[in-house]
Amino acid sequence: MTSEAKDHAQLADIFNKDEARVDWHDETLWWVRAKRDKAVHQLPEWEELREAASQIKHNVLSNLNSYLIQFEAQAQANGITVHWAADGAEHNRIVHELIKAEGVTRMVKSKSMLTEECHLNEYLADNGIEVIDSDLGERIVQLAKEPPSHIVLPCIHKKKEEIGDLFHEHLGTPANLSDPQILTEAARVHLRDTFLTRKVALTGVNFAIAETGEFVVCTNEGNADMGAHLANVHIASMGIEKLIPQRKHLGIFLRLLTRSATGQPITTYSSHFKKPRPGQQMHLVLVDNGRTVQLGREDFRNSLKCIRCGACMNTCPVYRRSGGHSYHTAVAGPIGSILAPNLDMKKYADLPFASTLCGSCTNVCPVKINIHEQLYKWRQVIVQEGHAPALKKVSMQAMTWTLGSPSVYRAAGKMGRWVMKYAPFAINNGFNPWYKQRDMPEPPKESFGEWYRKNR
Amino acid sequence: MTDREKILAAVAQNQPESSPLPNISFFKGDEAGIVEKYINVLTTIGGQVIQVSGYDDIAAWITEHYSADQRLITALPDLKTAAKLFEPVTTGHELADVDLAVIRGHFGVAENGAIWITEELMGHRSLPFIAQHVAVVFNKSDIVPTMHEAYLRIGETEYGFGTFISGPSKTADIEQSLVLGAHGARSMTVFLLG
Ligand code: SF4
Repeated sequence: MTSEAKDHAQLADIFNKDEARVDWHDETLWWVRAKRDKAVHQLPEWEELREAASQIKHNVLSNLNSYLIQFEAQAQANGITVHWAADGAEHNRIVHELIKAEGVTRMVKSKSMLTEECHLNEYLADNGIEVIDSDLGERIVQLAKEPPSHIVLPCIHKKKEEIGDLFHEHLGTPANLSDPQILTEAARVHLRDTFLTRKVALTGVNFAIAETGEFVVCTNEGNADMGAHLANVHIASMGIEKLIPQRKHLGIFLRLLTRSATGQPITTYSSHFKKPRPGQQMHLVLVDNGRTVQLGREDFRNSLKCIRCGACMNTCPVYRRSGGHSYHTAVAGPIGSILAPNLDMKKYADLPFASTLCGSCTNVCPVKINIHEQLYKWRQVIVQEGHAPALKKVSMQAMTWTLGSPSVYRAAGKMGRWVMKYAPFAINNGFNPWYKQRDMPEPPKESFGEWYRKNR
Repeated sequence: MTDREKILAAVAQNQPESSPLPNISFFKGDEAGIVEKYINVLTTIGGQVIQVSGYDDIAAWITEHYSADQRLITALPDLKTAAKLFEPVTTGHELADVDLAVIRGHFGVAENGAIWITEELMGHRSLPFIAQHVAVVFNKSDIVPTMHEAYLRIGETEYGFGTFISGPSKTADIEQSLVLGAHGARSMTVFLLG
């Protein structure tokens, strides 16, 4: 992959070449963000829900050892086979063994960012196993041979005409289709056949309950259920941080998740898998892959509270105008920029710098992760460890110095406006308490590319 | 060391000092106007709600909207004049050509239109997903305000599989245009009894 050699700023430059597309990408995500606001403002108890969710997740992280043991015992009592994988390679090996044991070479998979993180599809392809992603957006990027660019909206960067071309080429639909209704129907027919013919189905996990040993999978399309209920073998892959203590805690998380993600009150399907069907095998793979290391990093531990709603991406002025692929990691955007350096500090040294530190991500995060503060802390760690991206070293030092002194800007009229527009985090600091409960104003789009080129 | 031992040891080593669970018992929804709210929310997200006084009304509705050459299945004996009573299947594949599935739900949730349905009400786990259209029947008096009351009501009940279904299957993956009928049911009709 050539993209791995390029850093975020260079990849963003490529994305920024098509100014009209950047505007469209930016506006589409801001529209999703606005839908989130509308849903959130209907719940007066929103802040209490966020606080409760954050505290529950804190309790989970601080008792993770015993919750994992409890969950395993309950799941086994329910008839679920539990596997443990210290890293992505072990996860992939376990999944491959299960497919081989069933004597098949094909699998259907619903959305799982963990399998993206582990590069499962590539591994299985190398071993002669065909994987079909069944989430419509994921299927589209799979046909395009691209990774998802957003954890909730995998093909948010694609135009409907491009999707029509992909379907024409791979699914045999007539040329030049671009009506979403017709394209979705074509995918429905294509994937229905897949669901009916695959004996092994893999799903992700949104939440797993220590108390009961069940796990919950949320989709709007129904693709996880279609795959799992028709397959002989259901494999569910989850990061160890997905546990929550009790069933009743789902009340908090299911209220927060989709409102934050898309502004819907809940996903169409919130399916609770507790026991396999008669005659079915249900396997659950618990994956570490760096999570225990992050758990030990006091400053970054809270990132493990993430419920993958995508709100921090939708609101991020850098994400919206640089696109998910510029982050060159499975989970893009602000949270991805905290998670990736934990896995490989050198390779992802650029990501914590791909932020204005405006704090909008932190303001929308349903589990109250201090995202922008962690990004700032990663910068310090990365510079200390000698991994600072070369181009950034000089400019970041200058930026840190000047933006660290808001008084400099307040004195200068023109520059002050510049800061308000392009670097509101200089205003959004402890000196301005009025800002605390506000979401960041959207920076004007026309000059973002210019700003980012100068400051990368 | 096995991966299990490795992970558990690393977690034990790195987890912070234990912090307590918060009290969440004060989260409660509003009971006022709950039926209207439910209908409103489900309709907004693409579902259809029909208030009926008994099973005869539902049977009449099915007969009016579907034809005899379609495959109509119900898990409710009260509706066996309008649809074929569900008979056990070995796999969900046998249900791939079902046009309409009519099943019972436990209760609805006003804040999001969802209905809680467990496996024994479905006949087969795949039925509410694989059928082209799905209809769910439950009592008007069985609507709770929010997900908090929903989980209080579910409590410690036993099930192998349970799901909240809120409207028809949908996607907005293509340029954020909402399309109903992604992989699951193309429509969801809810019959509110009573
Ligand atoms: S960090 Fe917060 S806002 Fe971002 S995806 Fe995770 S839960 Fe959502």
